[in-house]
Amino acid sequence: MNLSQKILGITFENPTVLASGILGITSSTWKDVAKNGAGAITTKSLWIKEHIGHPNPTIIETEHWMLNAVGVPDAGPEKAQEEIGDFMKKQPVPLIANIIAESIEDYADIAVKIAPLGPNAFEVNISCPNIADEFGRPFACSAPDAAAVTKAVKAVSGDIPIFIKLSPNVENIGEIAKACQAEGADGFTCINTVGPGMAIDLRSRMPILANKVGGMSGPAIKPIAVKCIADVYAATEGQCPIIGTGGVYTGEDALELMLAGASLIGIGSAVSRRGPEVFSKVCEEMQYWCTNEGIDNISDMVGGMHKELSSRT
Amino acid sequence: MSSISLQSRLPRTYRIKEIVQETEMVRTYIFDGSLGAKPGQFLMCWMPGVDEKPFSVAFDDGSETKITFFAVGPMSEALAKAKVGDLVGLRGPFGTCYEWDAGDHIVLVAGGYGAAPMFFVASEAVKHGCTLEAIVGARGKEHLLYLKELESLKHVSLHVSTDDGSVGHKGYNTEVLDMLLEAAADPDAKDPPIDKVFACGPEMMLKSVLTVSEKHGVPSQLSLERYMKCGFGICGNCAVDSSGARLCIDGPVVKAEECKKISEFGKYHRDDLGKKHEF
Repeated sequence: MNLSQKILGITFENPTVLASGILGITSSTWKDVAKNGAGAITTKSLWIKEHIGHPNPTIIETEHWMLNAVGVPDAGPEKAQEEIGDFMKKQPVPLIANIIAESIEDYADIAVKIAPLGPNAFEVNISCPNIADEFGRPFACSAPDAAAVTKAVKAVSGDIPIFIKLSPNVENIGEIAKACQAEGADGFTCINTVGPGMAIDLRSRMPILANKVGGMSGPAIKPIAVKCIADVYAATEGQCPIIGTGGVYTGEDALELMLAGASLIGIGSAVSRRGPEVFSKVCEEMQYWCTNEGIDNISDMVGGMHKELSSRT
Repeated sequence: MSSISLQSRLPRTYRIKEIVQETEMVRTYIFDGSLGAKPGQFLMCWMPGVDEKPFSVAFDDGSETKITFFAVGPMSEALAKAKVGDLVGLRGPFGTCYEWDAGDHIVLVAGGYGAAPMFFVASEAVKHGCTLEAIVGARGKEHLLYLKELESLKHVSLHVSTDDGSVGHKGYNTEVLDMLLEAAADPDAKDPPIDKVFACGPEMMLKSVLTVSEKHGVPSQLSLERYMKCGFGICGNCAVDSSGARLCIDGPVVKAEECKKISEFGKYHRDDLGKKHEF
């Protein structure tokens, strides 16, 4: 059973990808995650200049959900150059550089800074739900804004494909994806965290997260991820590969997102329950299921639900 | 699935039951209730509306929990202003603990407020028939902690060092460690040989503990401190070079052989942005 795929010219040995924001700060960690079986690594969001995050508590979890408002801290391009430079020396798996900015110009600037380091792809974070106090509504919440960012990054990214990371917190995610596709988006990451949500401590009557609100992830968001992926796949007619992210803990979760239209599977919150070994475990579970079902190539799963539905009409 | 219970990942607020002013800058807060912490583990302590930081557990006997802290940054300074009855959020326990075998002869090396978790170790280890040499070091007499508590335990011998010589050995606690290990290695020594060295304190002290213990062929366990956010191994902020080990899961207590794989040990640590700072 073959888990490997060639997507946008990049060979992925398996569909699992370390989702941005999880364990993504240093080259040492990326290498460790690759050793644990991830098919690719996504960096934490990179800014054009140093960006301070939120105070703690920044990440809390129950069995159903995780809330985070880390606030996208980053030491700036110099650190990114050092860490990515180190990782690329003996690159074990493809590296996706996640970039973020407060303005359309800055998105282009950070892409220009990072491109010479040779990442295999860019992931453009336009959908962080926990920095709205600082920067206002995410670009991902309006089709023209999302398209404008896509256009600006595409103009400077050369041969490096770009994935636009979309927000589930919108009325019509398909329409936003289509607007980005029209400006040259190569692929999409669906979804960023949901909400934001809030949790309150009973005795102190205070919100637990220092930022009060935070993006929700974890098992509970999987159905939202599946729906958003299905919408984006349909809106872009399966032409743009999707990194499906949201509530994946097991191989069967991953396969479900693939049937909705994902080619690659982002794994983040699950690291806290299953450890960094979650990548190899999910791969084994996918392989087991597919082998039992007589599926030889993992790519046969991608968009399977859409094909099944149209075969019935 | 991980062995950490999920309830520990959400802070719960507890009222401060009692406050002990240990020194001018160091306080101990006592809370009713146990989180089941073992010696060496840490809790994330939350001041609602301020911040949340990791603190070593100073004591947890199954009915009450203690933390001992030094008011050094904005968070611990705010914490130091709290009064009996005020609420503090606790989340945990997280990380590894010190490990011993029944009947071990153990040297504890405590620097500054590292004395608190070392007292926790001593009070548990004596229950397993261990004998302990506790070396407590500080800059001067007024900064020494937990001497009375350590002295009150049977099978614990107390050794004190101060940088200024105001009490005990004048110099570093690691010099006392060297002397103890040297003496124990003497075939005519009356005490049993030393089985393990446990240390908690500033990283440069830990580095010296590792070197000295290795010189005498005694295994050591060291408690390392790094910037923590989640405490349960997902944010990556406490991951160390070049192993990528997450010190909230694989630490804070690290055995010597693991510690030697940490290339940044004794050299630098990272802040909340991931930026390196030299020791």
